[in-house]
Amino acid sequence: MNTNDSSRRDFIVTGLLAGATLTGCSSRHNPFDNEANTMIRPSGKMVKLLSVNGEVIEVDEAFLKPVPDLPPVSNTEARIGIPGKKFVMVIDLSRCKSVKACQTACNHAHDLNPGENWIKVYPMQDAEHTAPYWEPTTCMHCDEPPCVKVCPVDATFKREDGIVLIDSDRCIGCRFCMAACPYSTRVFNWEAPQLPKEIAEKPYSCETSVPQKIGTVGKCDFCADMTRKGELPHCVSACPNGVFFFGDMVEDTVTNGAETFRFSDLIRDKAGYRLMEDLGTKPSVYYLPPVNRNFPFENKDDQQEEKKEKIKS
Amino acid sequence: MEILARQKIISDLLPKKFGWKGKIWVAVLILICMIGIFAYIRQLSSGLIVTSMRDYASWGIYISNFVFFVAISLVGSLITAVLRLTNVHWSTPLTRIAEIIAVSAITFASIIIIVDMGRPDRFYNLFLHGRLQSPIIWDVIVITTYFFISLLLLYFPLLPDFNIMLQAKKEAGNRFNKMYAFLGSFWKNTPKQKKISRRSINILSITIIPVAFAIHTVTSWLFATTYRPGWDSTNFGAYFISGAFLVGAGAVLVAMYVFRRAYELEKYITIDNFDRMGKIVVMLALVYLYFNVNEFLVPAFKMKKTDADHLLGLFTGEYSGVFWFAISTSMFLPILILINRKGRKPFPAFIAGTLVVVGSWFKRYLIVTPTLLHPFLPMHDVPESYRHYFPSWEEWAIAAGSLAGMVLIITIFARIFPIIPIQETIEETEKHEKV
Repeated sequence: MNTNDSSRRDFIVTGLLAGATLTGCSSRHNPFDNEANTMIRPSGKMVKLLSVNGEVIEVDEAFLKPVPDLPPVSNTEARIGIPGKKFVMVIDLSRCKSVKACQTACNHAHDLNPGENWIKVYPMQDAEHTAPYWEPTTCMHCDEPPCVKVCPVDATFKREDGIVLIDSDRCIGCRFCMAACPYSTRVFNWEAPQLPKEIAEKPYSCETSVPQKIGTVGKCDFCADMTRKGELPHCVSACPNGVFFFGDMVEDTVTNGAETFRFSDLIRDKAGYRLMEDLGTKPSVYYLPPVNRNFPFENKDDQQEEKKEKIKS
Repeated sequence: MEILARQKIISDLLPKKFGWKGKIWVAVLILICMIGIFAYIRQLSSGLIVTSMRDYASWGIYISNFVFFVAISLVGSLITAVLRLTNVHWSTPLTRIAEIIAVSAITFASIIIIVDMGRPDRFYNLFLHGRLQSPIIWDVIVITTYFFISLLLLYFPLLPDFNIMLQAKKEAGNRFNKMYAFLGSFWKNTPKQKKISRRSINILSITIIPVAFAIHTVTSWLFATTYRPGWDSTNFGAYFISGAFLVGAGAVLVAMYVFRRAYELEKYITIDNFDRMGKIVVMLALVYLYFNVNEFLVPAFKMKKTDADHLLGLFTGEYSGVFWFAISTSMFLPILILINRKGRKPFPAFIAGTLVVVGSWFKRYLIVTPTLLHPFLPMHDVPESYRHYFPSWEEWAIAAGSLAGMVLIITIFARIFPIIPIQETIEETEKHEKV
């Protein structure tokens, strides 16, 4: 996380740590005596902090130690979610031409291994004489999530704000959730993720889903870290055609960054629907049908894949 | 059974040292296990990438092997409990064979499920964070329960035999006396002890039946609680149980033949035993066939879009070879062989039993993998290798190692303990004499 735009929370946490050191130390071990702080010179800039006793104290800025590897939120917090929110996504199939910028952005943001995709863009054709269309899929963040039902260790869980996340520090890798998910959205780390050292050593956060760990399951997390910051998921902001809308059902708004709609109006006017409604999983991802399309359906993908296979063999 | 003197029975049934054949057999089994362990070490160091499992075929032969082990272990409850409670006496010489098959199979079921885990190092999470709503936790609970009941059902009838073996220790010249003394020296054969033992065995025989049904029903629910075509079936519990009794009974036929030959037990495991077990296998095969008809023909009549790919793949598509092989070896051929009186002679019955066991192993594979390769959304945006599944050598080695391990436990058990219950055989014979 960028320390310059260091969020208020980080600041408070660091402050609390400093406060704890202050109150926790006896006079014998004064952290502010010269011996303990030979390396640190007071900058003269004083910062007001709240101590654990509830007193406002002033500390020289130089004494505040940055805590680089502190997880953005605690595991308990990440499991509860953001109160009062119900996140929802709308995918407009009439705008998708399989640019896959969503996929690239997602793979990059979550440092996925090559070949792993949390977002898949399917060339769909429901029957012989019906129209083909592109269907991007994320995790559906179901309200009746079959994966959560079957998880034996509560490693995948449903939050109050509707997001389904994975705790990769707890997952035992039984892959029952993958069998249970009808949307084939879950991806397994069959081998150790190829990560730069500084990312691999980060403590895992359920909200960033980074770093992925060998022998555990990963999947789309609705970019829970971004939504906590009030920003859009990476796929939404990466899509050049504005296919993805993201928002909060309680506020009844969804946006793709450029356009903002009232969620209920959008779904009503464009006849939004959800995938595999008959299974009763109640997804949080809605689709707008591929009518009045912006682009014709051209499956360059297949040709490219064929070429790649030829090269490989 | 011809009337035998007590001393003759004891000397016939005491465990015997391995001959050269036995030694080679054990060496081969240990070798296969070692190769399996080597493959597992490779898997531990590089992760499940050494297998051929990928995101679509996310379960492979480890899981089908697990289902196979759980299935075969059900025979313990069939022979020891169901037949014991219905006062069937001809099965007495088979009870210990059935029970050791059950114990060793359920042990390797637990081992193979740990092998399948991506993070076996976090196994303890099942106890720290276990959630009762997951069928996996149900499986952990019932399998543990079944293991301990089976172990007790193996142990209690052994108690009087320990006594006999300790008395005969000089004649037998047995190195295992210390172990026998540790396990059974408190047994003095008093009427009170006998009464307690009989009652305990009765109680265990009754409790093991629902637990046995539970282990395999819950195992079927690992699949049936999902939405996938081929698994989403209300028939699954009964289908699994009937198949389990069949493969277990087939395994008993095989074990009966092998022990009879290896330990010269012709007087104890009789032609009559084969005849009756053969009839049971025919009945069980017919029951399993009935559930197969339900499982495949009813959805095939409708050919729902999601089911159609899966079913056609089995009937005429890429799995048809294995499918028809499994159906004919696990049901049709054994029925054809065993329905004749001549087919129920020891050797043909042994062949039929082998066919059942082999066919059932492949049947389990067909239950697990083809379904996973027919997901609701087409397979897409994955590397080409994700679209097919053929087990890697590591998977074969580990699966073979686990099967060899199960047979090894049975072999070593028969080396240390009498594989035919001595005391019960004596009692049966004495009853016979009185009549």
